[in-house]
Amino acid sequence: MVDVFEIIEPVYILAVLLFIYALRQMSNPATARAGILWAGAGMLLAILVTGLDPAISGNSGHLVVNLALMGFGIAIGGGIAFVAAKRVQMTDMPQMVAVYNGMGGGAAGAIAAVSLMMNGGWSTNNLSPLDIAAGLIGSISFAGSVIAFLKLQGWMRAKPITFPGQVPANLAVLGAAIVAGGLFVWNPSFLGSVPISLLAVFFALGLLYGLAMTLPIGGADMPVVISLYNALTGIAVGIDGFALNNYAMIVAGVIVGAAGSLLTILMARAMNRSISNVLFSAFGAHEEEGAVIHGSLKPIDLDDAAAMLAYAGTVIICPGYGMAVAQAQHKVKELTDVLEAKGVQVKFAIHPVAGRMPGHMNVLLAEANVPYDHLLDLDEINPEFASTDVAVVIGANDTVNPAARRVGSPLQGMPILNVDQARNVIVLKRGAGKGFAGVENDLFYKDNSRMLYGDAQETLTRLVQAVKKL
Amino acid sequence: MTVPTWVIEIIPPVYIAVLAAITGYEVISRVPTLLHTPLMSGSNFIHGVVLVGAMVALGAASTGPEQIVGFLAVVLAAANVTGGYAVTERILEMFNRSKPTPKKQG
Repeated sequence: MVDVFEIIEPVYILAVLLFIYALRQMSNPATARAGILWAGAGMLLAILVTGLDPAISGNSGHLVVNLALMGFGIAIGGGIAFVAAKRVQMTDMPQMVAVYNGMGGGAAGAIAAVSLMMNGGWSTNNLSPLDIAAGLIGSISFAGSVIAFLKLQGWMRAKPITFPGQVPANLAVLGAAIVAGGLFVWNPSFLGSVPISLLAVFFALGLLYGLAMTLPIGGADMPVVISLYNALTGIAVGIDGFALNNYAMIVAGVIVGAAGSLLTILMARAMNRSISNVLFSAFGAHEEEGAVIHGSLKPIDLDDAAAMLAYAGTVIICPGYGMAVAQAQHKVKELTDVLEAKGVQVKFAIHPVAGRMPGHMNVLLAEANVPYDHLLDLDEINPEFASTDVAVVIGANDTVNPAARRVGSPLQGMPILNVDQARNVIVLKRGAGKGFAGVENDLFYKDNSRMLYGDAQETLTRLVQAVKKL
Repeated sequence: MTVPTWVIEIIPPVYIAVLAAITGYEVISRVPTLLHTPLMSGSNFIHGVVLVGAMVALGAASTGPEQIVGFLAVVLAAANVTGGYAVTERILEMFNRSKPTPKKQG
């Protein structure tokens, strides 16, 4: 008789190869689409072949009930997620990524919980510390991602939520969770004859820590947070793989853990802050005081702005989260088209942390059919501002704030778009408020800056009409 | 003193994990900023392989609480894997449409 692992393992190896190939394909915009199809094929194979696993088929006493639950669970979990993912607006993508990532973390935690319930602590299962680790990391990723989702969705205040002694209090919760997990490994019946009671305490503390850790992190730091939880879920899945002796989970989980960690570091570096500063400093909760800015805010008429743009040789557009909020990406594309029809050269300057997830602006502009070779990175575009006639800032603030070059500013040292070097700057802004960091924007007060107030989408619509008439 | 069997058993997967971490780092470090969202979303889909573990956990469950938590794992994992796929696919669809303009000179 053929051992089922002779079928399962080769398929898992194939699936893992397809995952790596898919990620490789995704490093180039021309082949990225094919990449996800390959990854999907690998995933489907891995899921189908898992049905043969003797851990499932050998559990004859509960086979029918468990298979029914499995089918039902996949149908409702997959069904709801699929419909939601298809329906959601492109501007709401950051919270969708956050929530699906959290689900993965929750699943990793729940798998660890089942393993701990079945196998108990160290005396019966030497791998129980792995289950504890996966349970803790998975719970943190789940609860943290849910908070990130609520903040991004606007169902919860996006500003940091703080209280005195928050960092030590949070660390105490984490410490207590680790102690509870350690006690379970040592003696599962520590809290009485029902081992589940100690497990429940452990998981409740893990979830509480994930929640408490994310509360003090504000909206603009979400690119770091989302990629961090992505990495954590990957790591939790990898550890589950160790405990279950499942190599597909080990490889896929660890690859995602490494990739997510790298992306997290890149995002934090784009703000010139350490990851611990992002996680623990409640950045943006306090506004800068005492900085003196010279100059004044100078509004500009719509018609003057249109003329300035239409008769410019080169224009650079700098989008930020405000463009996403106003869903103005299609209007931005229209403006680009009318300007290009008049012979104006238009480029886009994309700051790595503009928006609420890594690459957020690129996705929105791609949705609006802006060719991706028009979208330039910080390093590519910065030398061009000095020779640019007009820079248009649309709903960006901290990423274009020259205060980052000033010693003592909360933004000090953050790499910014050198918008202030352009000959003229037009700032589309909803009102006179400060950016996320709570810092006044020196750019808005410069002699070459003009403010165009109002909802970005509405302003752009009128701007397009005004340019057309010229 | 003899080495416990679990230590011997855990060594091969540790080698695999180290190599996987290097692979992940190498593959990802070449991805341009432009594709950071699909990369993140795509890796989000790939850790959806947790569904495989969830199926095994539920399949092996034999008590009520184990079945409830196992079922929860399957629901969450299925949401991760399908949601992750659908989101990534939609995002990449956008990039597919916004092809670069043909170069004017040369």
